[in-house]
Amino acid sequence: MSAETDAPPGQESYQPASFAFDAASEAEIAIHLAKYPAGRQASAVIPLLYIVQTQMKRHTDSAWVPRAGMDAVAARLSMPPIRVYEVATFYLMFNLRPIGKWHLQLCTTTPCWLRGSDEVVRACREATGIAGWGETSADGVFTMTEVECVGACVNAPILQVNDDFYEDMDAERTRALLAALRDGKPPPMGSMIGRQNSAPEGGATTLTTLAFAPEG
Amino acid sequence: MLTDQDRIFTNLYGLHDWRLKAARTRGDWDGTKEILARGRDAIVEEMKASGLRGRGGAGFPTGLKWSFMPKQSDGRPAYLAVNADESEPGTCKDRDILRHDPHKLIEGCLVACFAMGAGAAYIYIRGEFANEAKVLDAAIAEAYEAGLIGRNACGSGYDCDVFLHRGAGAYICGEETALLESLEGKKGMPRMKPPFPAAMGLYGCPTTVNNVESIAVAPTILRRGAAWFSGIGRKNNTGPKVFCISGHVNKPCNVEEELGVSLRELIEKHAGGVRGGWDNLLAVIPGGASVPVIPKSVCDEVLMDFDSLREVRSGLGTAAVIVMDRSTDIIRAIARLSQFYKHESCGQCTPCREGTGWMMRVMNRMVEGRAEPEEIDTLEQVTRQVEGHTICALGDAAAWPIQGLIRHFRPVMEERIASYKQRGAAMKMAAE
Repeated sequence: MSAETDAPPGQESYQPASFAFDAASEAEIAIHLAKYPAGRQASAVIPLLYIVQTQMKRHTDSAWVPRAGMDAVAARLSMPPIRVYEVATFYLMFNLRPIGKWHLQLCTTTPCWLRGSDEVVRACREATGIAGWGETSADGVFTMTEVECVGACVNAPILQVNDDFYEDMDAERTRALLAALRDGKPPPMGSMIGRQNSAPEGGATTLTTLAFAPEG
Repeated sequence: MLTDQDRIFTNLYGLHDWRLKAARTRGDWDGTKEILARGRDAIVEEMKASGLRGRGGAGFPTGLKWSFMPKQSDGRPAYLAVNADESEPGTCKDRDILRHDPHKLIEGCLVACFAMGAGAAYIYIRGEFANEAKVLDAAIAEAYEAGLIGRNACGSGYDCDVFLHRGAGAYICGEETALLESLEGKKGMPRMKPPFPAAMGLYGCPTTVNNVESIAVAPTILRRGAAWFSGIGRKNNTGPKVFCISGHVNKPCNVEEELGVSLRELIEKHAGGVRGGWDNLLAVIPGGASVPVIPKSVCDEVLMDFDSLREVRSGLGTAAVIVMDRSTDIIRAIARLSQFYKHESCGQCTPCREGTGWMMRVMNRMVEGRAEPEEIDTLEQVTRQVEGHTICALGDAAAWPIQGLIRHFRPVMEERIASYKQRGAAMKMAAE
């Protein structure tokens, strides 16, 4: 075992000693706290953990929630730190250790699997050299995570990169996408075969007879 | 078949702008003040008369649900929670409403809040829908700016806030009481019922939880009338519905059709048919991952509505149609769902926490055929021990797909076991 995994949770060598919200985060926090009744500020724990993760992305190009960030959330919301740790570890979208610049989240649930998610996974492995789930490539550029249904099943298979869904994937499109990401030039999200969102390929069978007043 | 004139989600595919100005040209926020002026009881009665059944999966009558909220406040505020945690595998209908027709949802929040005496709506959107959340957030800001929500919403004299709240990747938060726990800043672990949310929900206050689609259709129902809505579809299964057609079809898509449309027509007319033709169909999961699979023989005739699918021992669920052609390893398709439920179990109830893992491990052996034929019965019995023995329906959802598999594809499972044994015997002989 490495020294890293020997360390108690929260005290790994990669954990920063401290965390402080920056000005952009403070502005966000105010917006979220205003949504909940007085005394119910604990409701903002998920929003604030997102704010920590986004700030880490802004500062280090790696979206994750360090232990010190959880403590900062607890202090801000007057919650016992353990309540924040519970939430941070229960919800899967909080990365509890540093991840790569591009977080490849591969859906392999049945609807994606039926449409060929296996080949998307294979293409990602070949292009990044990542063998297992949750691992980061040697160059620190990519992290590969297996995710459950992301809710875009009629555009399966889906490869979610950071917050964006790339849809209607196959092996070749995956290779092209990863090459573009490596160059720092992510293509627009959405269908990779040019479909109109969730409409059937080649044109909709409905909503073809309606005209609306000019929208300008 | 439904005509475009009777479709509610006229921007389902995002061909038009989602913003307020464009949404108004499609009829949103038209006469909202007059709708509210009819009064709380009249709105609830109209919703009841429409026959709308909840679009999130359970199919409970929406108007009736609204009527459970206290008529007189005892001093506690009341809330609407909109379930936008769309996570049932196969389902992606709310996503289109959230990103392309957000004003239908926001207007629905106002109408529903008014009808239930709620002062605020919280829309709980799944974390993965980060881009959809951005659209909805901007649409909510537009609605505040235009005075449609907030203080004196639409000039009605009624105050109503609409807040967006993002989840962070937990299927279980689609369960209504887990959603409320999560909204309160806790782990998404379902609560015991009773007390029901209408008596004690968010922050201990009366709360109703409704699916996105149920809320988003409400303004159109109230504008066009209950009779219009109930004239579409079949008795007790009224109205149009957004279907998601995924898997082995030529053109997977979302489409709004009338309830009671035949499964075959739905697939052939809108999704370009089954890959390789109708006769190449093996089976369909007709309502999202948790409902039992139905074989082609049932698919030939079945209608897509709550009651018709119940009659064939499956369910409409979220109306997410997962199509599998004859090339599918049906055991593996269901085993992957077992993995899903194992992954998503919150761990609170023992039958679900232990049962989902046990079922997944046995299902993985069934994929290989590395099992005894009697174990199929054991597996079936275990699904019965999980089903109905947990706080929430996740245990049931994990059990049903396996029950459907055994009911319709038992011979396939037996054959897999026999062929595994045969290979073993042949290897043993070769080694002698």
